Amino acid sequence: MASNSCGGGSDRQMAAQHRLSVIAGHLQRPSGSNTAVLAVDCKGQGSKPFVSSEKRTVPRRRQEIMKWNGWGYSDSKFVYNKKGQAEFTGKRYKLSGMIIPGLKDWMENTFGATLQHKAAATPALNSSAVPPPTLNEAFVEELKSTGVPFSADAEDRVFRAHGHCLHEIFALREGKIGRVPDMVVWPNCHSDVVKIVELACKHNVCLIPYGGGTSVSSALECPPEETRSIISLDTSQMNRILWIDEKNLTAHIEAGIIGQDLENLLNESGYCTGHEPDSMEFSSLGGWVATRASGMKKNIYGNIEDLVIRIKMVTPQGVIEKSCQGPRMSTGPDIHHFIMGSEGTLGVITEVTMKIRPVPEYQKYGSVVFPNFEQGVACLREVARQRCAPASIRLMDNEQFKFGHALKPQVSSIFTSFLDGLKKFYITKFKGFDPNRLCVATLLFEGNREKVLQHEKQVYDIAAKFGGLAAGEDNGQRGYMLTFVIAYLRDLGMDYFVIGESFETSVPWDRVLDICRNVKARIIHECKDKGVQFPPLSTCRVTQTYDAGACVYFYFAFNYRGLSDPVHVYEQVEHAAREEILANGGSLSHHHGVGKLRKEWMRETVSSVGMGMLQSVKDYVDPNNIFGSRNLL
Amino acid sequence: MTNMHRDFTKVGLNDDEEELLDILEERRRSSDLSFAFRTFSPQPYKAAPPCSTVELNRVVSESQFLRYVTKEVAVEKQLSVEEVQQEARGILGEMSQNLQLGFIRLMAYIFNKVFKRLYSAIFVNMEGLNRLHHATQENPVILMPNHRSYMDFLVISYILFIHDIPIPVIAAGIPLAGMKIVGEILRRSGAFFIRRAIGSDKLYWAVLSEYVRTLVRKGFAPLEFFVEGFRSRTLKSLSPKLGMMHMVLEPFFKGEVFDITLLPISISYDRVLEESLLAHELLGVPKPKESTMGLLKASRVLSEKYGSMHVNFGRPLSVRQLCEGRINRYQYNLTPRDLPEKSTAEAQACASWLAHLVVRKQEEGSQISPWSLMCGLLLQVPTRVLTEEGLPWHQLTEKTLWLRKLALDFGARLNWPDGVPDSDVMSSSAELHRSIVQRKAGCVFLVQEDEPSRKYPGSPEEGMMRTAAAALMLASYRNQCLHVFVRPALVATAIHITKCTQRDELFAFFSFLQDVFSHEFIFIPGESLQDFEEACSLLKKCGAVHISQQEVTVAQGGMEVLSFLQELLKPFIDSYQLVFGYLCEAESVILKEKEFLPAVRGLAAKLLLSAELHTYEALSSDLQKNVLSALRRLEALTKLSSSVSNEFKVNKSAVKRITDMLSGKIPPWNTQALPDARL
Repeated sequence: MASNSCGGGSDRQMAAQHRLSVIAGHLQRPSGSNTAVLAVDCKGQGSKPFVSSEKRTVPRRRQEIMKWNGWGYSDSKFVYNKKGQAEFTGKRYKLSGMIIPGLKDWMENTFGATLQHKAAATPALNSSAVPPPTLNEAFVEELKSTGVPFSADAEDRVFRAHGHCLHEIFALREGKIGRVPDMVVWPNCHSDVVKIVELACKHNVCLIPYGGGTSVSSALECPPEETRSIISLDTSQMNRILWIDEKNLTAHIEAGIIGQDLENLLNESGYCTGHEPDSMEFSSLGGWVATRASGMKKNIYGNIEDLVIRIKMVTPQGVIEKSCQGPRMSTGPDIHHFIMGSEGTLGVITEVTMKIRPVPEYQKYGSVVFPNFEQGVACLREVARQRCAPASIRLMDNEQFKFGHALKPQVSSIFTSFLDGLKKFYITKFKGFDPNRLCVATLLFEGNREKVLQHEKQVYDIAAKFGGLAAGEDNGQRGYMLTFVIAYLRDLGMDYFVIGESFETSVPWDRVLDICRNVKARIIHECKDKGVQFPPLSTCRVTQTYDAGACVYFYFAFNYRGLSDPVHVYEQVEHAAREEILANGGSLSHHHGVGKLRKEWMRETVSSVGMGMLQSVKDYVDPNNIFGSRNLL
Repeated sequence: MTNMHRDFTKVGLNDDEEELLDILEERRRSSDLSFAFRTFSPQPYKAAPPCSTVELNRVVSESQFLRYVTKEVAVEKQLSVEEVQQEARGILGEMSQNLQLGFIRLMAYIFNKVFKRLYSAIFVNMEGLNRLHHATQENPVILMPNHRSYMDFLVISYILFIHDIPIPVIAAGIPLAGMKIVGEILRRSGAFFIRRAIGSDKLYWAVLSEYVRTLVRKGFAPLEFFVEGFRSRTLKSLSPKLGMMHMVLEPFFKGEVFDITLLPISISYDRVLEESLLAHELLGVPKPKESTMGLLKASRVLSEKYGSMHVNFGRPLSVRQLCEGRINRYQYNLTPRDLPEKSTAEAQACASWLAHLVVRKQEEGSQISPWSLMCGLLLQVPTRVLTEEGLPWHQLTEKTLWLRKLALDFGARLNWPDGVPDSDVMSSSAELHRSIVQRKAGCVFLVQEDEPSRKYPGSPEEGMMRTAAAALMLASYRNQCLHVFVRPALVATAIHITKCTQRDELFAFFSFLQDVFSHEFIFIPGESLQDFEEACSLLKKCGAVHISQQEVTVAQGGMEVLSFLQELLKPFIDSYQLVFGYLCEAESVILKEKEFLPAVRGLAAKLLLSAELHTYEALSSDLQKNVLSALRRLEALTKLSSSVSNEFKVNKSAVKRITDMLSGKIPPWNTQALPDARL
């Protein structure tokens, strides 16, 4: 099937268009940038890719479109304009070019962060601050002969030396560069990777796979004790959909493709994976597999482990893959589960066969206001009990509700603001909701129109039993938009002495309220203890529901003026918060992974025997620790 | 006395002591009625809205925990689940409080009348109240007062009502609920009622523990309970009871609340309302049943004066902070939290440690009266002297002033008014306690009961028993200050008995004494070494000993302090030896508590008459029971599980060994090897 010539399927096309406009409207690629020209044809790849599109978001030189010391695109960021109002720049997002009048006050009231106190970042990367590369000459020589592109350029190397943990970005802003990879290679296909891994083994160099660079577990940090040459293996150029199987609804995809490209390309054929992690603009398929990622709409489509049919991974021992595409097998422990969550310690994931679905014909956002968080959680629990969760259901606490409010763009018409005022009056005065207790759930329904409307009614009926009031589509949609821009907001915060981050966990239903309360309180107490001068923002939301529990996200930020070592304080507080999570029955991670940041708790999490099992796999697959990122174990 | 205190409504003493305010002062100036109708507007608890009684009871009876237990009980007793539920509702009805502000007002009105008549002043540390005020907004607060008098029961509510702090719900003994009208008033003033002998009634335990935990989880009102379990008859702190403590802590252990604030409260009386009643109870006269008629009859006590009352609100203790490293909260992650399960050894140890800590804080926060010091000295004078010749007043004065200095050196909170001649302070103290001592011709005499009481059969003992009540009252008032001296006194005793100067040997004997007296005095489990170090440094501070790396030696002129301290403990040592002796010489190795108490009392009386024993405290039933508890802890006594009444098997050789160690004949065992049964 050639998707581009599909004239008759106008319905599907329409739906695809609709979907594109809703979810990816803000993901427009910059026009006029010539990117992703294949450097070398993959000799191993006889046939042309099934879906061929020249359009790819991520170029080899990421610095062309992305920030070197912050989140996302260079052209998109929050700034205070001349009038002192917050504004979001660029053209990529819905929020782009808009004034956000409430943000400044919110920043001041929440953090005590004022315009007068600015903490400027180092404007440009100073290449001389980057340590010179340690190259393994023999390796480089042989690599040259394979024709795989590589670079030892300082910028290229710095870009691949970090994820987006607070300490990583903070150091970059200060212009501090630690151990970075000595070289970057850009394989184009599976066989390129096979060659690179063979050479790495032969010459004993260290490989660290790099996908979208959105890690928040210190997984991309180069171990400082590593003395070998470190090669960052950037998969971003392995980004083709190799085939689509419409009979079985599967697609075979190169693992370097990033989320938004994957969805856009599949949409062209009328399909989607439905896997939408918050980082999907930049994170890669291989990265999802390697960290056991979870998508916003997992209630319909499943998490990555439910989506994957077959995985190909190149290890120092050779290639690991299954011999068939059976939907389920009883053949001993599933070898995919050694791969999923291996966090780059065993090899490079090169190709993945995964499930696809037709693009849904109808999508509808929604939101519900609850009088308090307790009622909201009770409602989510009931929805999970009845197994009628919409594609996405998320519950924000009161602080986050207020935060969402502060991010409302300037309303153009008096009518809208009048309506807003009326709504507020109705909820707080007429219904008696306490503005300092109420919280809001955002909803996303998908499917055919009739079913969506039916489903919607069912969910709103349940919500009503817990005192929930429907609060409109806008609130819902804004809630989801927030997940994409919140990372940008951290950069604005850092400009004004505010540092923060999010972290997540999964927890049984009966402990959800307790863990939310205790972790938030622990954060506030720890900040006070560690000498933070301003009250911190400590907030949470329930982002996923399961039969037996939920995924909870915590956001935590504070104004660090007056602290000599803010990052250390931050790390101490986050550490304490994680201890609190574990003590309250939460997991070490729901989908961010372990990396190096959470390694210390692995043993108590999986038991010593469990550690031994993982270690013995590592010892067999990679005895010389070629994949030497030292994550996980 | 009244005037003297009124002039000093603000008394500042030690550095860590806070300003005290007489809350009756203002009450005396305003009308009782308008006071009772004052606007009461406490700051609410931040984490949750208030919860009505009906709602509270509903949450308890519908809890998953009770559902589990109900099913279990139904199977065990072969009843239907509905029948068991019915029973559970009945228990809850009998137990639950029904706090109503109207009744608090009524109570405040009555208390205003009563307090103003009985007491010259009620001193409260306002700083403490401020801290409490903040604490009630942040976390669930547990008010933990000591229990010395029935007056304790609602005085805290009264004070909190005055100061706009949420009124507590209070754990009370079920007998109070049985009092006509009064029971209901108490219930509506926030009391909830707990049966005394719960034993193995599973359903009752379940309802009670769920009720308490729900109160803590909801957190809208402070929970008040007496960790000592009972009113102390000896005015000495009792070993804490752990059941309630554990119930209170569980919501924290299981993460259901972020933190819990424990607030030790020390209530100290110049003179205790029930002093004579308590002494007679100790001598074996049964406690009168709580009844409304009894209360009305007792109203004659209202005509007397009782000096002042001190209520000291201690520093809030964060359970979270204190439990750091003591409790592994992970252990609760793998089973449903509502599942009825036995608490782990770790959790029990933690509850015990915290409970002991709170009692110690209560002791530290209590105000010591001049009278208490005087009693300590009077008890070191032979009783015959006090009853016949009398003790010269000037001698008592001199010694009391000496002791005052020592007490201050040891960090006591002394309730000794500034700017008043010391002799006046002491005379007014003696005057307040004229039911116990009398001054005649420059001498102090012990008051003997006027009427020969018919309660005690047998005439030779009669006179002795008449003295005994007064002597035990003296002992009780001495007990109010005992906690200040007890640790140094153990060291003094160790020095005296072992005749040794080696630090480690002294410490071994010190820990042995702590083990023996574990139910007599409050020692925090596992802190022997700190106690020893603290005691040594106090002795050094007052110049009684020299301390080097290896040795503790008596300083020149240190004997006065040391012998006072050692004499302070002597009644206990003598009494314990008496009981040990009785146990070793008894014919049977099986001991029944019912028979044991009168028998020991008889033996003690006999020896007192023949002047072989000098302390009347051996007659005290509390002390006798403490010996049994200590011996059980030391595994020299085992409870027979088959018996319904308290029956024990005595290990005579073990008791003999303890006797010999206590008298210094054989060295004490290595305490480190002891099973830590204190937990």
